[in-house]
Amino acid sequence: MTTGAAKSASKKREPTAATMAVRTAAILFVFVIIFTGLLSGAYLWTKPALEASAAEEKMKLINEVLPRSAYDNNLLKDTVTLPASPLLGTDEATTAYRARKGADPVALVFEAVATDGYAGKIRLIIAVNADGTIAGVRVTQHKETPGLGDYIEPKKDKNKERPWITQFNGHSYASTVDKDWRVKKDGGRFDFIAGATVTPRAVIKAVRKATKYVAENQTQLYASQ
Amino acid sequence: MINREEFRSIAHNGIWKQNTSLIQILGLCPLLAVTTNMVNGVMLSLATIIVMALSNVAVASLRNFIPHEIRIPVFILIVAALVTVVDLLFNANLHELYLVLGIFIPLIVTNCIVLARVEAFAAKNPPLHATFDGIFMGIGMLWTLAVLGGLREFIGGGTLFSGIDLVFPGLSPLQLLPADYPGLLLAILPPGAFILLGCMIAWKNWVEARAAQRQPRPPIEPLAADGTN
Repeated sequence: MTTGAAKSASKKREPTAATMAVRTAAILFVFVIIFTGLLSGAYLWTKPALEASAAEEKMKLINEVLPRSAYDNNLLKDTVTLPASPLLGTDEATTAYRARKGADPVALVFEAVATDGYAGKIRLIIAVNADGTIAGVRVTQHKETPGLGDYIEPKKDKNKERPWITQFNGHSYASTVDKDWRVKKDGGRFDFIAGATVTPRAVIKAVRKATKYVAENQTQLYASQ
Repeated sequence: MINREEFRSIAHNGIWKQNTSLIQILGLCPLLAVTTNMVNGVMLSLATIIVMALSNVAVASLRNFIPHEIRIPVFILIVAALVTVVDLLFNANLHELYLVLGIFIPLIVTNCIVLARVEAFAAKNPPLHATFDGIFMGIGMLWTLAVLGGLREFIGGGTLFSGIDLVFPGLSPLQLLPADYPGLLLAILPPGAFILLGCMIAWKNWVEARAAQRQPRPPIEPLAADGTN
């Protein structure tokens, strides 16, 4: 008797459950459509502004490593693709920007990665003048310990007059030897802050390798594509 | 509309009684990650207040259309979409502020406090109440994170308000302890955040225990007036 009652009850309930399922699915679908629409709308509406500010951001970063007065071309348009290279520490192709004054090459601005930071990769942007000297280096991304290894960023560096990262300016691959490219503790010529030597070591090594890359590929880098 | 009593109760719940970080212990992942200084904590909280108020008002307005069975996926959809839209709009229209707040907005997606308030409050209350709930829960988070961040940077490096120059370019951080203070790295690393948060929770419990002792609650009225109980 009880089984019969249960059977008839489930028979009655089954279509209800199915319609319920369809109905909730339909409601979920409507919500998905509405909010996807909202997202797409916001994305399309903000896209031009975002692209403009991304380009501006890039220029701001480039201006930090290379003075605006040094060149007169639109270097965001004058690019060359650098294949992945162990000297640059990159594992995929990157874009380098070429600064020129008139027809003369002035400098190359490119990315390099220090792969052996204290906490993962340290991304750098480096400008190397056409004569091989370093115009500027900046850290664009890192995960070094806040308050300890992050003095590689000028913003966090307590020495505001001569931030650590500016020590590279003026050095070139040709005029130095590998031994100089170490922190002073290891017999080189670069300062460091006690307690965080892994970070500067990684950056120094990455900058050295990057200048080597430029020295070795100088002619191709400025060739017109 | 909202009456004064309800408003006070929502504010008291958000700021003290149901404080997200000290009582609900929700959203610890971004909380512990960013409170290395006070400015970061405050900025994350401000971004959270915006998102929480928006998602609460959205869910409260739509609450009668959301079937109970699928409420969680719909809430997640609403919260995630709103966070992304806020992120995009901030980036496009208030770029200077975005550079400061921007890195915190994606962190809010991982903050379950937003979903928790949507589920616990906004889904059952009218939009105006829900908006205030979002704002006051955020304010509760704000003061907790400000204190936690301030303690961490003070103990860790002897400074206060470091990073303020990124928000207000003329101001500079305070160096409270002498510059040769060696610093205590533990306070800046995640374990320090756990330890200090634990201390803050203990402090809150102590304050409440003391308040309860000082002002004993009026005796509960007997259930039955005839004394049979």
